[in-house]
Amino acid sequence: MSIDLRAGSPPARVPFYNDPKVRSIAYQVALCAVIVFLVYGAARNAIDNLERAHIASGFGFWNQTAGFDISQSMISYSNLSTYGRAFWVGLCNTLLVAVIGIFFATIIGFIVGIARLSKNWLVNKAATGYVETIRNIPLLLQLLFWYNAVLKALPDFRDSVNIPGGAFLNNRGLFLPEPLPQTGFNFVAMAFFAGVVVSIGYHIWARKRQEKTGQQAPVFLVSLGLIVGVPLIIFLALGLPLGFDFPRAGKFNMAGGIEILPEFAALLFGLSIYTAAFIAEVVRAGIRAVSHGQTEAAYSLGLRAQPTLRLIVVPQAMRVIIPPLTSQYLNLTKNSTLAVAIGYPDLVQIFTGTVLNQTGQAVEVVAITMAVYLTISLATSLLMNFYNSRIALVER
Amino acid sequence: MTMSEGDLAVTQLKFVRQTTLDQQPPPMSLHGPIGWLRTNLLSSPFNIVLTILIALFLAWIIPGLLNFLLIDAVWTGADRDACREVVQHRTIGACWPFVWERLAYFTYGSYPLDERWRVNIFFAMLAVGIFWILWLQAPRRDLATYYCFIVLPVCSYFLLHGLEIIGLPVVDTVLWGGVLVTIVVSAVGIVVSLPIGILLALGRRSDMPTVKLFSVLFIEFVRGVPLVTVLFMASVMLPLFVPEQYSPDKLLRALIGIAMFASAYMAEVVRAGLQAIPKGQFEGAMAVGLGYWQMMRLIVLPQALKITIPNIVNTYIGLFKDTTLVFIVGIFDLLHTIEVSRIDPKWATPVTSTTGYAVAGIFYLVFCYAMSRYARATEARLAKSERR
Repeated sequence: MSIDLRAGSPPARVPFYNDPKVRSIAYQVALCAVIVFLVYGAARNAIDNLERAHIASGFGFWNQTAGFDISQSMISYSNLSTYGRAFWVGLCNTLLVAVIGIFFATIIGFIVGIARLSKNWLVNKAATGYVETIRNIPLLLQLLFWYNAVLKALPDFRDSVNIPGGAFLNNRGLFLPEPLPQTGFNFVAMAFFAGVVVSIGYHIWARKRQEKTGQQAPVFLVSLGLIVGVPLIIFLALGLPLGFDFPRAGKFNMAGGIEILPEFAALLFGLSIYTAAFIAEVVRAGIRAVSHGQTEAAYSLGLRAQPTLRLIVVPQAMRVIIPPLTSQYLNLTKNSTLAVAIGYPDLVQIFTGTVLNQTGQAVEVVAITMAVYLTISLATSLLMNFYNSRIALVER
Repeated sequence: MTMSEGDLAVTQLKFVRQTTLDQQPPPMSLHGPIGWLRTNLLSSPFNIVLTILIALFLAWIIPGLLNFLLIDAVWTGADRDACREVVQHRTIGACWPFVWERLAYFTYGSYPLDERWRVNIFFAMLAVGIFWILWLQAPRRDLATYYCFIVLPVCSYFLLHGLEIIGLPVVDTVLWGGVLVTIVVSAVGIVVSLPIGILLALGRRSDMPTVKLFSVLFIEFVRGVPLVTVLFMASVMLPLFVPEQYSPDKLLRALIGIAMFASAYMAEVVRAGLQAIPKGQFEGAMAVGLGYWQMMRLIVLPQALKITIPNIVNTYIGLFKDTTLVFIVGIFDLLHTIEVSRIDPKWATPVTSTTGYAVAGIFYLVFCYAMSRYARATEARLAKSERR
């Protein structure tokens, strides 16, 4: 059989349903139809079900009186406040535990991550043991353990553990002396903030000068003097304008001082320790990603161990560490929703728990809660993309 | 001077040794146990301090753990008096009789006593499936995939839920609990998330804008919110979206939530694998005339899934731990059964809670650690095949 190569033979007819363009459009129309159908059906059912259950829809509940108390709030709140106010209390509590948790998780995580690379056998194995154990036990179990088995098992407030410095620890929380600023203390605070601002300016100036002339400035010492030294001198000169309200055992509970709830402490312990194990792995991977040749090259240029670490290894490791580190921070924030299991008044506990039960408006409440977390996540990933594009290695 | 003259000159020197010395062992300080200690534990003042601190910490925590779990533990007893210090007049560690008595509840929840053999068969079938698919030398591993992803889910459903026609009475899911629920929830998450995750990953890389849009929206939405809120959504919003008579039961709602969540994470893992496949593979497949699905099924996915196995297993570990969150929407998984049992007045002692949490901790630690070892071994095996 010979192949017909004559010019002008009509091209093979492709049926229209085999045309990739037609197919693609058909698939997409079908997908849209299915999704529109599902959404429409769900909406119809939701309207029917809500009408049958006599549940109002809409966001009218936002300004109604909440009528419940919250054990910890950073902004003023009473049971006469609105549901909207309760929402802000919950959001503040979520952000508070997330920020403090991130702070501690970072410190523990970096220490353990570096320890996992240590040449000291015992340090290395202890760090590995920590990471392998903590990573393989569910966070919820760890939170319940800290709350029920450790903090709730502390003595009653009548037999509180005395901590030197006027603090008390018992099963109702940790009670710390509350600092009471007296007249003149605002000068100290002003000096502190002025010190921070001037230090940042000095740092920028010193870096510019070093880039131009090569001369180094004692940035650390000057900043220390400005931020700590000057406020301290003013504080002493004004005659210690700071008093303390010490907690003391009352008849039914502790009186005075600042109270740190056991729920908060358990959540903070659990989140920090759990996330630190993941951060440790991120840090270890980041440092190992810097090839050994970089260290050797730095040594051969005459740098000592400490400047090599600070100027060569850490900046390159940070490029690898920061993106997964941010996603760990996000995980910590999202995991703080487990507060609902131990009763810490975070956004989910207050809003998706109490407010949802009182109003019954499931769709609105869950949607608002999800929108909050979605906003935090998307804002962080936008920031991350911006950061990544800035520090990405410029390839040849 | 020639060579031989040189040799002659050396041999004539009286103070030059003519024979080689026997090899000496290196100095004690560099080898043997002392050398090991010096290089690994005491190499610098800072390391000495660290070693001492860690040793003190371990000397505090390891005997403490051993004392609690084994030495001071109570092994037999009928009720809380066996585990109370005021009654026994000694230090009390873990209260194991509490665990023995509650072991059946921890395993089956409130599953009817007469029907528990069904759960045991389910566990056995699951164990067979897991060994078949993980053991590399097992016969007919091609059938293992069908067994695990088709036969096992269908059989388990009828076995656990019941089928009146063949004489298995229906057991309401409200009665399910303990390890059974933990395993059912994680198995459903594992079995459902892989195919849906693959579809979503392909959708995200699709040329069709609407397919891509919906995939990206689903993945980013689910990954952007905490699992707790997804579970809340599934348990309080889902019943609103379906007609009242079809309202899913509590366990099914949680399963839908878990499956959605796991699929979105799996999609990102698979996408990373797809991105690692060189473009030439796609072009080569198209050049030999394969259609889209043939190209994916025969050329791209086998390669992409192979390199993502470690990450898939790591996602499964996360999923297995995350199943504890169904506790929050009122499902009686292992952790919830322990949480309920530990406040039982019959066993109310100061050590009951810790004992219960220790049991849960050991359970999760053993399973997750085994999975992570498997992932690491697979990684090493794949790295070996990549080496040339």
